[in-house]
Amino acid sequence: MREIVKISSDATEPDREDVLRMQGIPMDKKPSENTVHLFEKSMELYRTYAQPMGIVSEISIPAFEVVYTGEALNEESTPLDEIFRKADNLALFAVTIGEPVIEEIDELFKSNEYALGSMLDATASAGTEKAADVLEKHFFDFLEKKAETNSATTILRYSPGYCGWHVSAQKQLFRYLHPEDIGITLLDSFLMRPLKSISGVFVAGKREIHVFGDSYPFCRHCETHSCRERIRIIMDKSRPHSRHGGV
Amino acid sequence: MEILNEISRYLQHGDCEKVGSLTRQAVEKVPPRDILDNGLIAGMNVIGEKYKAHEIFLPDVLLAAKAMYAGMDVLRPLFLKEEMPTAGKVVIGTVRGDLHDIGKNLVGIMLRGAGFEVIDLGNDVPPEKFVETAQSENATVIGMSALLTTTMLVMKDVIEIVKEQGLSDRIRTIIGGAPVSAEFAHEIGADSYGYDSAHAVEQIRVLIREVNGRHGDREKR
Repeated sequence: MREIVKISSDATEPDREDVLRMQGIPMDKKPSENTVHLFEKSMELYRTYAQPMGIVSEISIPAFEVVYTGEALNEESTPLDEIFRKADNLALFAVTIGEPVIEEIDELFKSNEYALGSMLDATASAGTEKAADVLEKHFFDFLEKKAETNSATTILRYSPGYCGWHVSAQKQLFRYLHPEDIGITLLDSFLMRPLKSISGVFVAGKREIHVFGDSYPFCRHCETHSCRERIRIIMDKSRPHSRHGGV
Repeated sequence: MEILNEISRYLQHGDCEKVGSLTRQAVEKVPPRDILDNGLIAGMNVIGEKYKAHEIFLPDVLLAAKAMYAGMDVLRPLFLKEEMPTAGKVVIGTVRGDLHDIGKNLVGIMLRGAGFEVIDLGNDVPPEKFVETAQSENATVIGMSALLTTTMLVMKDVIEIVKEQGLSDRIRTIIGGAPVSAEFAHEIGADSYGYDSAHAVEQIRVLIREVNGRHGDREKR
């Protein structure tokens, strides 16, 4: 299966708390009136300019091994290296919310509307994550239709540039997936354009395969340790098809 | 003076129109330098302190910065005859191969708000350009930003050029961006590391003080 998915921008509208967190505002702090007003304005702009699109393509474990290895620059041992061979299904993916939002952010900064530009940037980042969530759910539904899921099936996504998977693996990922078909290009520095894009692999399997420790050497440099929260969420068995967040 | 307190207060609320109109009123009776120091910069200093204390957050700082510029726009022509007061000159940019410039822009906004002169080279900046500009503009600090583990290595190239050209005693370097750390800054020989935009401003102030001290100059502010 290889599919281009047009995602409704409504489905990618980010939660206020996610956007404000990206603006450095903790959940337990009440944002100022000005901040709330900026958020609302940024959401209006997001609705006007976001053009979310995704592409997803199944990949076998041996084929993914090539993508994972990339330019042979990965850390010696990584969580994904342990996980992907235990997967039931794998799929490469890429999503973007398009270039117009980025252009609007640039325009806002050029016209000295820094606060709104910065808020829209955070809104766009959170919206891109939501777009990846939608695509991930789309892949889950596809597997479900093929009767390839069960009550323990969980999908999590992993991206080059995180947790020891070197960003240069983007080259192989692009070679296999061709996100150019939805307007995402890869620069020599392995940066994607449009900037608000996410690529990686969806790993579907028993929730236990996604559990790993945070004592890898590179974990010392990680400021978020957000993997802990992801693992906590997927191990909460009261939740159906749990996912959330990528590394 | 009450009008300067008013300017400071409205700036802290991010009210551009009020700051602009009060600054226009103030120039009738107060020297521009006093308006700058005791109205605009005083207001930004309060904003900086509140931000550090987590009493306010980024959006409020950016609104205040915009209000600061509204006041500066009124004052700038009045400083044409004398040199515009500056806390120092800084060249900033996102390094070659990297197009992320939000973090760098925020540092630029904060620096200008704190009275620094900023030359923003934009993104995807080649290493040589940082150093050439710092030399030609007589800037004291080069600030580099990167958001990728691949592009952060370019920062080292800039630092090496500064060293090779024997400029280390008068040009200081500072780095920032999601993948970099104080440890990385030390490893590549950067003079400083800013973990966020407010911290970067503080660090740049220290770097400029060091260089000015070494050269026996007096800081203007």
